[in-house]
Amino acid sequence: MKKKKKMTLARRRAITGYLFIMPWLVGFCVYYIKSLFMTIQFSLSNVSVDPKSGYSAAFAGLRNFKYILLEDGKFNKILVTSLRDIVIDVPLVLTFALLMAMLLNQKFIGRTIFRAIFFIPVIMGCDAISDAIAQARQAAVGGISSTSAAITESSASTVNLDYYVALFKDIGLPSSIIDYVVGAVDRIAEVVDLAGVQIVIFIAALQSIPSSLYEVAKIEGATSYETFWKVTFPMVMPHIITCLVYTVVDAFASSEIVQYSYDMIFSSNSYDYGSAMALTSMVVVCLILFIVVAWIQKHTFYYN
Amino acid sequence: MKYFRHKNESAELLKSDQQISNERRRMLKSAKNLIFALFRLCVLVGISYVILSPIIEVVSNSLFADTDATDPMVYIIPKRPTLEKYSAVIKTIKYWGVLATTLLHDVVLMGLQILICSMVGYGFARFNFPLKKVLFACVVIMIVIPLHVIMLPLYIEFKEFDVFGIVSLVKGGPINLMKTMSPLYLLTFLGCGLNSGIYIYLFNQFFRGLPKEIEEAAFVDGAGAYYTYFRIMLVNAMPSVITVAVFSLVWQYNDYFFTKLFNISSWMSMKISTVYEQVAAIYDINSPTITQLYLYAAVVLDLVPVLLIYAVLQKYFVEGVERSGIVG
Repeated sequence: MKKKKKMTLARRRAITGYLFIMPWLVGFCVYYIKSLFMTIQFSLSNVSVDPKSGYSAAFAGLRNFKYILLEDGKFNKILVTSLRDIVIDVPLVLTFALLMAMLLNQKFIGRTIFRAIFFIPVIMGCDAISDAIAQARQAAVGGISSTSAAITESSASTVNLDYYVALFKDIGLPSSIIDYVVGAVDRIAEVVDLAGVQIVIFIAALQSIPSSLYEVAKIEGATSYETFWKVTFPMVMPHIITCLVYTVVDAFASSEIVQYSYDMIFSSNSYDYGSAMALTSMVVVCLILFIVVAWIQKHTFYYN
Repeated sequence: MKYFRHKNESAELLKSDQQISNERRRMLKSAKNLIFALFRLCVLVGISYVILSPIIEVVSNSLFADTDATDPMVYIIPKRPTLEKYSAVIKTIKYWGVLATTLLHDVVLMGLQILICSMVGYGFARFNFPLKKVLFACVVIMIVIPLHVIMLPLYIEFKEFDVFGIVSLVKGGPINLMKTMSPLYLLTFLGCGLNSGIYIYLFNQFFRGLPKEIEEAAFVDGAGAYYTYFRIMLVNAMPSVITVAVFSLVWQYNDYFFTKLFNISSWMSMKISTVYEQVAAIYDINSPTITQLYLYAAVVLDLVPVLLIYAVLQKYFVEGVERSGIVG
């Protein structure tokens, strides 16, 4: 008797739970699952657009994928460049965001103002005005917001960047590292724009670390360098995964390859090729994401 | 006696030695702190400059007169500041009307987002039901899938809108929902709007962090699940509600993906994207440098409402983000 009553309560709770998530469940089935199936169907068929009756699709097997991978010269190239950009950007954005979050997490005068300024990229992150902002950025000559190429070109500048780059090369640092750093500094504006949300997440993560851990580290005589690697970094690790996923998705959504498939669908009206491109790029990115997250997860320490 | 005196002296000597070394350590430490504070200030000011410089450029350029744009002597500070670009843009895109419609729909959509996403997040956080883990994985998948993969089916879905053939039965054919706001409302109402996955995830993390005792007390007192959710949990979730409110207001307002996909031409971001061509055509301007000034004015007009909202909610927002469970 008692057992039966408990069962019904559990079942009632389950039904209430379903009621709570019902709107999303319906939406997910109708818009996401159906749409994904439709995209797969498009990519596997030969779609012809008819202005009167809409479209007609005839099954064509893997022909579209063969076409975009082997015959369309541009797709491969753009996919590789986009992926390379993402792979280069992600560690850069994450490192930068973590460093900035650690600086902004300290107590100092004017912290509120700086935090507010660092939030602005989150707000500005939109396509409609980003072009205008990018143009304005180019126009704002000088300072670190312009590229190093612009600095070396402008005659008014007294900084000779090539000289310093050559200096580091003379020391014997491998040129690939120097190029990476120079490239990173070159694109500091982009990195800042990409890192807005991540900085917020990292600040919240840093504040969630119990202060007792730092006290212990201090009593045991750890230097701040050791404290970072033994306390801060492992504790922030789970959030690095969150940020990693967000960064990759964000970077992918604004990458060239997405633009290319968008143009393919809406400008050239090639529904089949566009769908195949979108699917291929998505699968590749998800695969990379899955591998990287699984690898990090293996090395992640969970406090709770 | 002598021995004792000697010992005392040496103790004094020792003490002063320690004092000196203490003092030196303190000085070293304060010097280190000062250098670090300077370094921190340099980095933060530098990065802030990177963030703010284009905004300064846009604002100052939008005040330029036509002659200033081509004058090589003018940089940042205009020689003849004028507001004519603003009045021209306001007239061209019918700014006030567009702003009112956009903000109105934006606020309603924000309310819907908060309501639906918090409900779904609460459902995932507090109830046990079969397939819960699989379904929550679907929420994560929703965040990860780039929108462009499903944009074409969505386009077709709303271009020939027909729910299970009901619409065809009533109206005799599918209806075209392009150029209307209804796709946005439908998507948001069904928890699939702009960034809804992120909001659901956020609310879920937050509700999971709240103590269970409040709800148990409410349950013992005879409150139903919906009463508990509306009157107790949602009130307690205020920080994350504010976070989602700001994110959703700002991102929806600036959204260009859905508005472009559904061709909602009366949305602010759509107007801004076409203002360049419009101004060039209406005022017969051939120089791209001067047309650019109008675009800058339009960008300022576009951003001012967002920045105002942000300025008002900023304090709550920063607190909200930190306290809410945006982190895994």
